[in-house]
Amino acid sequence: MSTSSLRNAYGQTLVELGHENQNVVALEADLGKSTMSCLFEKEFPERFFEMGIAEADMASTAAGLALAGKIPFIHSFAVFTSGRAYDQLRQTIGIAGLKVRVCGSSAGLSDFSDGSTHQSVEDIALMRAIPGMTVVVPADAAQTAAAVRAIANVDGPAYIRICRNNLEDLTDPSEPFVIGKPVIMRDGSDIAVYACGATLAMALKAADMLKDKISVRVINVATLKPIDEAALIAAAGPCRGIVTAEEHSVIGGLGSAVSQAFALECKPIGFVGIEDKYGTSAHTYEELLAYYGITAEHIAEKVEAIYKRV
Amino acid sequence: MSYRITSIPELEKMANTLRRDVVEMVGPGQAGHYGGSFSSAELITALYFNKLHYDPSNPKMPERDRFLLSKGHVAVIQYAALARTGFFDVSELSTLKKLGSRLQGHPDIKKTPGIEANTGSLGQGLSIGLGIALGTRLDKLPSRVYVLIGDGELDEGQIWEAAMAAANFKADNLCAIVDRNHIQATDFTEKRMDSGNIPAKWAAFGWNVLEINGHDFNQILAAYDQAAACKDKPTVIIADTIKGKGVSFAENTAAFHNGTMTEELYKQALDELK
Repeated sequence: MSTSSLRNAYGQTLVELGHENQNVVALEADLGKSTMSCLFEKEFPERFFEMGIAEADMASTAAGLALAGKIPFIHSFAVFTSGRAYDQLRQTIGIAGLKVRVCGSSAGLSDFSDGSTHQSVEDIALMRAIPGMTVVVPADAAQTAAAVRAIANVDGPAYIRICRNNLEDLTDPSEPFVIGKPVIMRDGSDIAVYACGATLAMALKAADMLKDKISVRVINVATLKPIDEAALIAAAGPCRGIVTAEEHSVIGGLGSAVSQAFALECKPIGFVGIEDKYGTSAHTYEELLAYYGITAEHIAEKVEAIYKRV
Repeated sequence: MSYRITSIPELEKMANTLRRDVVEMVGPGQAGHYGGSFSSAELITALYFNKLHYDPSNPKMPERDRFLLSKGHVAVIQYAALARTGFFDVSELSTLKKLGSRLQGHPDIKKTPGIEANTGSLGQGLSIGLGIALGTRLDKLPSRVYVLIGDGELDEGQIWEAAMAAANFKADNLCAIVDRNHIQATDFTEKRMDSGNIPAKWAAFGWNVLEINGHDFNQILAAYDQAAACKDKPTVIIADTIKGKGVSFAENTAAFHNGTMTEELYKQALDELK
């Protein structure tokens, strides 16, 4: 299976948007070579604003640019755009419903070497909690490109979570990104696994591992907000049990969103994710994911446990 | 069309009208931010009734000047100015903070015509103003952006992030006004957080610094003109003011930063503002 860089796809698509719409501007907090906003800087130096290492100022300045009719994209690592600038996103951008696009790059555990301060385990929870914020988590490079285009057009603010590491190419590049629409990636009739971002490939592997004993359906939930609850429930089809898998805290992310949607459906739900812990340093991303119990094997185990109950 | 009151006595009268509006809007028995409203009455009057280019019938006109109230808690006096300049009817002022009112406790662009940014979480207005200044500059518009900051608000670190960035971007269409009334929410600024030499700090951040008496219209109008004439640097006007100015019992005390008037004090305040 080939892999591709979500960050490159992000940066290249932002440049395309810049060519298509001169109101698109980008702001960076000195991590442009990681977030790949550097591609936009090279192409449109006059529409790129290096704000220095000042995420709060960057977010509020973007609010001003939005008020002046621009479509600003702000950039840093997810832990900083969602956390350091939370108050600015809530107070100035959220309440006013401004069209600021927030790129949370090197998200989740994907900045594996830098440890807990740089790993965002709760960014989806924070962003979902802001009224009116659209939250998207693309699962591969092609979906990243489609998601950047989709959020450029949404009303109000939007957050896009980008993995630092290359991920397997899984989605159909010709498929448009429809905000709120879950996509069935593999059919199955016993247990439905809902995944987003880096866990989508793991969920598909888990389905393969179990194929002789449990029929596992895999659903890609690339929009964490707004959630189309009816579509999310319909996506499970005849499956009698649910598992969610995310590279994020089990509090406030995909697991919370899915279980809220299924609250009246009386189906048992199992959660794979980070169990209310901070991150830590490791030499590889894979090693770190395994340490926190986020692998195909862990998803398969959880599917088996839920299957026994249904 | 913009207001153009050029007579100083007329401007002084308007500043007092806004103060009276504030007293009447809040009313006896309710808490209101009198102190910072009264200290900034002349600074705000000079903008809305003389300097700013805007059109109440076309409040989103792209080339308009912007006024941002970074110290959003004194929204009440901005509402008075917006009503008196025709953004909405003066009669609406009596709905202040009532459930369902367009006049919220803090400025809200989604609710009130003429408001340019949601402020209230202190320290963010200068960054927002910088963003507007950069955006209108990209579009080659003549707009100027004015941001009113409280002196207590200078405690917020983001003010200094924005100060550094505005000088970095040579945002000469941006003008900060510090309402230096010497009192923050609970006491004198020097007793809560001593901000030291405020003009020297702004100068060190690369700003054109002007110091004026913030109740003297001649000085205020001249400072706004000097700010507009200064190239390649943003300008900060540090306006020395009296908290609660114009109402004797509210002057120079933290008690009326967000205070409540009895019926008796309410009548006295309106008397003193005649």
